[in-house]
Order: sequence, then structure tokens, then C-alpha cells
Amino acid sequence: MSLTDWINKGRLKSPWVVHFDCGSCNGCDIEVLACLTPLYDVERFGILNIGNPKHADVLVVTGTVNHRNKTVLKNIYDQMPGPKAVIAVGACGLSGGVFREAYNVVGGVDKVIPVDVYVPGCPAKPESIIDGVVKALDVVKTKLGLA
Amino acid sequence: MARTILPFGPQHPVLPEPIHLTLELEDEIVVSAVPALGYVHRGLEKLCEVRDFHQMIQIVERVCGICSKIHAMCYCQSLEEMMGADVPRRAKYLRVVWSELHRIHSHLLWIGLFADAFGFESLFMQCWRIRERIMDINEATTGNRVVVSVNVIGGVRRDLSREHQTWIGEQLKLVEKEVLALKSTIVSDYTVKSRTQGVGVLTKDQAHQLGAVGPVLRASGWAQDARMLGYAAFDELDFEPVVEVDGDCYARLAVRFREVLQSVDLVRQALTRLPEGEISVPVKGKPNGEIITRVEQPRGELMYYIKGDDTKFLDRLRIRTPTFANIPPLLAMLPGVELADVPVVVLSIDPCISCTER
Amino acid sequence: MNDVITRITMDELPGLAQKMFGEGQRLATLTAVDLGDGTLDLLYHFDKDLVLSHYRLTVPKDAVAPSISGVYFAALLVENEIKDQFGLNFSGLALDFGGHLYLADEVQNAPFCKLSLTKKA
Ligand code: SF4
Repeated sequence: MSLTDWINKGRLKSPWVVHFDCGSCNGCDIEVLACLTPLYDVERFGILNIGNPKHADVLVVTGTVNHRNKTVLKNIYDQMPGPKAVIAVGACGLSGGVFREAYNVVGGVDKVIPVDVYVPGCPAKPESIIDGVVKALDVVKTKLGLA
Repeated sequence: MARTILPFGPQHPVLPEPIHLTLELEDEIVVSAVPALGYVHRGLEKLCEVRDFHQMIQIVERVCGICSKIHAMCYCQSLEEMMGADVPRRAKYLRVVWSELHRIHSHLLWIGLFADAFGFESLFMQCWRIRERIMDINEATTGNRVVVSVNVIGGVRRDLSREHQTWIGEQLKLVEKEVLALKSTIVSDYTVKSRTQGVGVLTKDQAHQLGAVGPVLRASGWAQDARMLGYAAFDELDFEPVVEVDGDCYARLAVRFREVLQSVDLVRQALTRLPEGEISVPVKGKPNGEIITRVEQPRGELMYYIKGDDTKFLDRLRIRTPTFANIPPLLAMLPGVELADVPVVVLSIDPCISCTER
Repeated sequence: MNDVITRITMDELPGLAQKMFGEGQRLATLTAVDLGDGTLDLLYHFDKDLVLSHYRLTVPKDAVAPSISGVYFAALLVENEIKDQFGLNFSGLALDFGGHLYLADEVQNAPFCKLSLTKKA
């Protein structure tokens, strides 16, 4: 196996996730956190939550994009090394959800950065968030040209 | 000595939510802190002009997902009072049950996050494991884990069957047992004490003058809890506000820890005294006039101002959330704190930024 | 309305804030309401031992209201919020965000004033 193969293997076996809360009501937020805790425990799949976007393979975004945090979101996305995948979690991240008519809301996450996986629900359940991460891995796989 | 300006946030590993603080440091000591908000601001108070007052229940529930039930309860209570609805007693008791369950899960969530802020990860895991029992109760009785949409104007939407009541009782026994097992760690562990005692002190006078609410106020020696106003069925249940006097992070931890047990007790009381009868009444008419309602959230006193003008859209909805009131006290706590303690102090007010900015 | 609201004028406000502070009243919050005729209602809510008292000040939108954040530091956030949302100016704010507490630069000003909401499709 070449070195790249080893790296790619690690990437797909143990994706590192960075979570950014855009403008969520906390509902989706705590469900993302709940994935880390003993009942759901995503670490058993090798999924690690980290604070630094520069180490991450997958970006999980909860909540609506507003006029102030869209630059922050773009920044975080740009700091991540490729190949990367983006997961939008919750009705808010998908389309703006119940807040879409509010004056400070831009809309879903895909208005600012490209989104690969959409996880619906208000709030999305931890099971479906984990499922979303697994789907995102397929995306990374395709981007690596391995699928 | 030259001063350093350090940005803290908006995306920070210990903060689950984006808030930005500009810290001015002298050596490692904070001299001043200036907040920058707006990363979660959606402007949902304004939505009352495009959604009618029934649809607004779903909006106010999403001011904050952690205490959604209590937001909706406050909103519904305001409109019920405005339109002169007589809410059945059973509905009032059920509201107490769900709102106290929310308090338990919110406090456990906070204790976990707080422990994580000073690097005590196993305590974080333990608290969140216990919390899942409450989430199970929510899911079984209302259909959703976090945003439990049970309130309607005039009562509640779902009833608790006898089996559910017994089952909740059993689950709460387990929750209580497991929380008590953590007691020695939370209140007397050396690590916890050394990171929290004497850190971020808010004196009794300061707390009041800066308008602190909820556990922050009670940890500084004030016995003030909006549940003493006796809304819902709290006037018929026995409880004493939990008070600590030191005003430091440790006191705030102790207040919340004791409130978990208090809430377990309140749910039990409400379930044993649960009266028979209807769970909601139809409410006619349209909101007219002005009203101010207060309830106690896990984070403190919540205040709704509603102005109606006899149409189905509200004229003005103003939500004063507890974290909004607790930010000025936080700014007063930070000067003099070491940089390493900043996350601990920030988390000690239990910040809920989506509440603050709405 | 469940409580009485006392009307005050702009000149009485600083004195009132001082008096309330002296009495040990906690500032619960301020509420701004657009009355739709070019004036705003500012409601000051004070709390002592769980009893609320309210004061109503009606100001024209282009007026400059005196800030009470010098007395009650807690008023700072809410006065900035009102400045953001209603475009009302305060004199003597302890910390002035300049109308950008919540709103980024490109957003319209004073979104809470009447006739400013456009329904998105
Ligand atoms: S999708 Fe629902 S639960 Fe999730 S952040 Fe939005 S409003 Fe909250």
C-alpha cells in the first residue's frame, strides 16, 4: 500500500468532524452533542468531534444562516483542507425552517457554501445525524475517486 | 505593562454556541470584556406580523430548543389571561410535569458542559447519559425529544396515561439514584472545587444591581424564583427556592445541582396530585390589550410582553430571556479572572445565545 | 393589563432611575413598542421581591432619549437593542454598538418599525 492509500484509509475509517452552530435554536445543536455521549457514542465508529476546522474532514452545520454569521461560516469552510464534505442539519439548515421569513435570515446553509448531505428534522434525531455522517463519507470517497 | 487584546469566539471549542468576546488582558489576567452579539440573531419577534397568534406557539418554542416547553407555556399563559380562558387544572399540572422535566434535562446538560469546560470529560459523559432518560420520557409522552410541542392556548395537547405516569415515576427514581451517585464528585471533588471556588465572584449587591436572574441570582444569596408567583400549578406544590451565598462558580454549580433534585421532587408531587378532567378548553376571541407574564426557566426568569390589537396578528411581542439579563453580570465577573478560567466563568451563567439574540 | 403602568416624561426619567436604584429595585428590562404614528412607547419594568412596576415613556422616533445605563448598567444591552431595531437614539450609552449590536452592516436599519417587513416568497 502506498502512503496515500494509508491516508485515505484513515480518512474514511475515522472522519473528524467540526461542528458549527450558525443560528440554530439549540435543538439541533444539543442533538449533535448528544451523538457524542454514551447512548449514541459516535466514537465507536471512529467519528471524532474536534474544535479546529483545519483538522476536520466533515463540517456539520446546524441552524439558519444570518447576515452576520455567513462570513464566519465561509471562513470555517475555507479553512478546512480538501476533500471535505458539508452536512446541513435540521429544517433550519436546509431551508431556513420556521425562521425563513425573519428579516435577518438569509436561508439555508447552501446559500453560502455547497452542501453535500441534508439531514431533515426539527430537531434532527441523533440517529439520522449519524446516518448523515455516514452518507457524507460516501461523498468524500467519491471526491477521492475511490467509489 | 502592555495590554493584549484577545478575541474569544465566535467558534470556540468550549462554546456550543457562537458568542464573541473581546478580552483585554494584562499578562494572563482579564481587564475588560466586550461582547459582540448577532451571530444567532434571527429577528423572530417580528414574525408575529406574518404568523397568526396560534402559529406563533411554534415560533416561540424555537427561541430556544433547550427550554422550548417553557417558552410556549409563558406565551400561552399570556394569551389565556388576555382572552380570559379558564385553563383546566389537569392541564396546569401537566404543564408543571413537562416544564420540570425540561429543567432537569437542561441542568444536567449544563453540568455536563460545565465539567467539560474545565476538562472533566467523564463527568460530562455521565451527566449526559442520565439526561437521556429524560429525553426518552419526552419522546414517549410527546413524540419529540427536544422541542416538545405540547402547549396550546387553553391547555395542553397530550395527556399522560396511567402507564406513562408509573413509568415516569420509575425513570425518575433511577435518575435520582444516578444523580445522587454523582453528588460526591460534583460537590466535593478536588478538581471541581479548585477550578470553581472563588472564581467569577458576583456579590449579593452586584447581582441585584446588574439585574441577574435565576441560578446566578440565587447563587449570590437572593431567594428569588419566578415559580414563587404560583403560575400553572406551582401555587399548590411545595417548594423552596434553592439559595447559595458565595456567588462564585461553585455556588452556581451547587444551585443547579440541587435544583435537579428539587425538580425531580416537583414532578413527583405533580404526578401524585394530578387531578382528573379535561386537558384543554377552547378559547374564543382575539388578543387585545397589553400583558406581561413571567415564568421561571432553567436559566432564570423569562418575561413576555404581548400587545394585541384585536386582530389575529399580534401587534408586538417582546421576549426578555434569562441570558439576556445575565450578560451584564457576566461582564462584571470577568475582570480579574485568569484567561484559563474565562470558559468556566462564561459557562457558569449557562449562556443560551439563541435565547439572548432571538 | 395585569399591572398599572405609570406615565412619565423624558425629564423625569433620570430622576426616576436614580430613585428606583436607591430603593433597591432591579431593572427587569425595557420594551419598545412602535405606535405607528411616529412615536415609540418605551416601557421600563422594575422588579422588587417579585413585584413588578412599570413606567411608560412616549417619545417621537427622531428624539434622543436619555440612557439610564449610567445608573443601571444592565440597561446597556437592551438600549442598544432598541437602537438596532427601532433606530431610536440614546444619549450617554455606557457602551455604544452604533446600531450594530445584532445587525451586520448591509442589513436595513430599524427593522422593527412598522411597514418595514416584506414577506418573502
Ligand atoms: S431545525 Fe428546528 S430544532 Fe433545529 S435549529 Fe432549527 S428550529 Fe431548532
